[in-house]
Amino acid sequence: MCEARAWGKFYRCGVAKPAGGRWLATCPNLFGFLLKLTINGESVDVKASADTPLLWVLRDELGMSGTKFGCGMGLCGACTVHIDGEATRTCVLPIAAAEGKKITTIEGLARSGNLHPVQQAWMELDVVQCGYCQSGQIMSAAALLQKKAKPTDGDIDDAMAGNICRCGTYERIRAGIKHAAELAAK
Amino acid sequence: MTPTFFSEGQKHRERQNAAEQAAKLAGVSRRSFLKTGAVAAGAGLLIGFRFTPKLSGAVEAAAGGGALTGAGFAPNAFLRIAPDGVVTILAKHSEMGQGVYTSLAMCVAEELDADFSKITVEAAPSAMLYAHTAFGMQMTGGSTSTWEAYEQMRQAGATARALLVEAAAQRWGVAAATLRTENGFVVAADGRRAGYGELTAAAAKLPAPTEVKLKAPSQFGLIGKKAHRVDSRAKVTGQAGFGIDVRVPGMLTAVIVRPPVFGGKVKSFDAAPAKAVAGVRHVVAVMAGVAVVADNFWAAKKGAAALTVIWDNGVLASLDSARQGAEYAALLRKPGAVAKKTGDVAKAFAGATTTIEATFEFPYLAHAAMEPLNATAHVKADGTVEVWAPTQMQTVDQMAAARVAGVTPDKVTMHTTLLGGGFGRKANPASDFVVEAVDVSKTVGAPVRVVWTREDDMRGGYYRPRTLVAAKLGLDAAGKPVSWENQIVSQSLIKGTAFEAFMFKDGLDGTQVEGLDDVAYAVANVHTEWHMAPMGVPVLWWRSVGHTFTAFVKETLIDDAARAAGRDPIDYRISLLAEHPRQVAILKLLKEKSNWGHAPQGRFQGVAIHESFGSIVGQVAEISVVAGGGVTVHKVTAVVDCGTAVNPDGVRAQVMSAVVYGLSAALHGKITFKDGRVEQSNFHDYPVQRINEVPVVETHIIDSGAKMGGMGEPGTPPLAPALSNAILAATGKRLRKLPFELG
Repeated sequence: MCEARAWGKFYRCGVAKPAGGRWLATCPNLFGFLLKLTINGESVDVKASADTPLLWVLRDELGMSGTKFGCGMGLCGACTVHIDGEATRTCVLPIAAAEGKKITTIEGLARSGNLHPVQQAWMELDVVQCGYCQSGQIMSAAALLQKKAKPTDGDIDDAMAGNICRCGTYERIRAGIKHAAELAAK
Repeated sequence: MTPTFFSEGQKHRERQNAAEQAAKLAGVSRRSFLKTGAVAAGAGLLIGFRFTPKLSGAVEAAAGGGALTGAGFAPNAFLRIAPDGVVTILAKHSEMGQGVYTSLAMCVAEELDADFSKITVEAAPSAMLYAHTAFGMQMTGGSTSTWEAYEQMRQAGATARALLVEAAAQRWGVAAATLRTENGFVVAADGRRAGYGELTAAAAKLPAPTEVKLKAPSQFGLIGKKAHRVDSRAKVTGQAGFGIDVRVPGMLTAVIVRPPVFGGKVKSFDAAPAKAVAGVRHVVAVMAGVAVVADNFWAAKKGAAALTVIWDNGVLASLDSARQGAEYAALLRKPGAVAKKTGDVAKAFAGATTTIEATFEFPYLAHAAMEPLNATAHVKADGTVEVWAPTQMQTVDQMAAARVAGVTPDKVTMHTTLLGGGFGRKANPASDFVVEAVDVSKTVGAPVRVVWTREDDMRGGYYRPRTLVAAKLGLDAAGKPVSWENQIVSQSLIKGTAFEAFMFKDGLDGTQVEGLDDVAYAVANVHTEWHMAPMGVPVLWWRSVGHTFTAFVKETLIDDAARAAGRDPIDYRISLLAEHPRQVAILKLLKEKSNWGHAPQGRFQGVAIHESFGSIVGQVAEISVVAGGGVTVHKVTAVVDCGTAVNPDGVRAQVMSAVVYGLSAALHGKITFKDGRVEQSNFHDYPVQRINEVPVVETHIIDSGAKMGGMGEPGTPPLAPALSNAILAATGKRLRKLPFELG
């Protein structure tokens, strides 16, 4: 049986070793790993190759399309989710690296029907335009506010510069974060 | 957001003519076109129902069904009211961020007196009922949507309101004239109230009124005031459905390995390594390249990476940006097509005291919307086709999908999704991203979603054309411009497309001279000539089209003229705009609001003003120079006259958006070629503005009451010249090559 050590864990993919085949690196059948992910508070079993980026597991396997594909290189931030509270780009994060961690996506940001202060602020200030990047913007902003309740402009630049918006909504994103900070303080 | 069909947004006769041609293209008869023309002229909503295009009875029936089925009340194709009172607007235009769902809903709700906070908007089905009233086909572009649908949507709302009032009048046994409406209720003189929802059953049985009276602007409660976007909640909760989010039962996902050089063809390929990737189902040659079709995107992408294709790269294999630049320069010396000729420029130059000569270079630009191109298609065994696409051009796509599938257009059902940005790329006369999804689906016999990687999108062509402009401005002894010559070299957006027949006239592509063929400044002798560069690299409209470079030429040259004349750049412009009072009003307000001439220590200002798509935008950019020669753009003050702003907050958002889009292009944007290959691939080598780099944008709106213009694009053209003028003020250096090379 094909066994592999990857990302500090031991996996067994269940596929017989082909004659003359080699392990992991060149195994064409690098799939079938059963991973247990915790997404938005729920435990989910996922069957996918260990190198599959979390983004595509969310979108294609679990049908959670709120997290977006923008660049595939961690350059634009459209795919941002929280992993153990940290804003993380999922287009370059193999699912094996997310196992056992707490994953929160845009779909899980609102709690029991109440929008997160960032979502609320976004609506009040009409931040969105096309909206495609906004899941990622909102996840980055929410992670920032978790760490800094009253972020400065510099904090906002640092936390948000990885999130591209081609509609150019940045000015309202900045205002939205400040407004969300006020809403959260109430 | 972008296709423009006319060099000037508001030339009515040309528009009618072009729209008629466009209608022909879409297979619509002249008679039925004239009926849509009547809609545009305001003859009444119901005419829309009699509009019978040749395109497809079936499509229309399906569309009507979509709009009319279900409980409740659907007085026309544009709205329905459910028994619970929820009003749903069917948006004929694609929402790509510009806020058109909101502005269309505002127009309907205004006349309907609906509760705007409870309105929902969904994409209309694709059908000629939803054709653009000026273009004769369903599409979104040219910054036309709001003015195009302004009266039609209000008529739709007013018609529904009249029926609801009549239903209430009959219920209460009173005259309709004694009733009023507010916020989703009909209210009687004695205070009795009935919600729209409870009146739907009765209203649905009434004959439509032959005539309805629209409100006077003074009676508006919604139009002209800030409204919240109708699509915010879906977009902040991750529920909004973009093209890339489409999931159809049994759907496969494809990544296409595309030729490295435009026009390249597959010679041979070895499918085995791709097929060995778990989840890959098919590896097939298609028109666009080799499609790797898999259970999911990641498998398709891995399969595509494993694939080796031998290409016949074709004639563009040696395309090289530097060499192309030399070819463009050579084209300048050959005769071109004359776009504008008044007076005698040669004679006037001979008599000029000062002559400013300048050469301008603009690169190819990718649109780089955040949502990479994609489309989903299902060519079914029964000969019908379904397409789900983030498109700006439904009718053209439908025709193209039918052609590729080998069926008649009436067999094709188009579903418009939300667009994660468009900027013109998703309005392609070649329907590239739609056609290939149909092609792959047909080839493998399953519903297929084709997803472009960012690299595919960046290297996928249909760029803003590369442009070279040689311009000359002659001034008299008093510093007044007397002679102006522009020689433009660029590819045509139109030549070789289905639009050629009516948009390419006398050897001239109007989209490449717009903004320099009709300059507002008073200059007696003008000569503008366009030289068509060879076709090859696919080009397309890019947010504000020809104005992206013509405004730069015009507004930096006139600034140079002001300096040569020793005049203040704003005052100098005003002195040349006696016949353009709207532009003068903008410049005067801009002077005041930008604190012109009184920038803080170390900051420098530059101004530009430009009319496009029926609106005029003036901007002052305020910058400082940083160590190493770079610039920081601190603030852009904008003054806008778009006639009437339906949603002023939407106008402000569009100006902010257009400024950032223009800034990305001015400071970074370029697509270049080496050995036939595009040198850029993703956001690391095609950088765009990020949050830490953008200025504050302060927008002021002049409500001039002039004919309504568009706002999706007109904020972009003035940005780059205003910035160049500010850099000149700061450094004494005139930058005429984009993107700016600083430091």
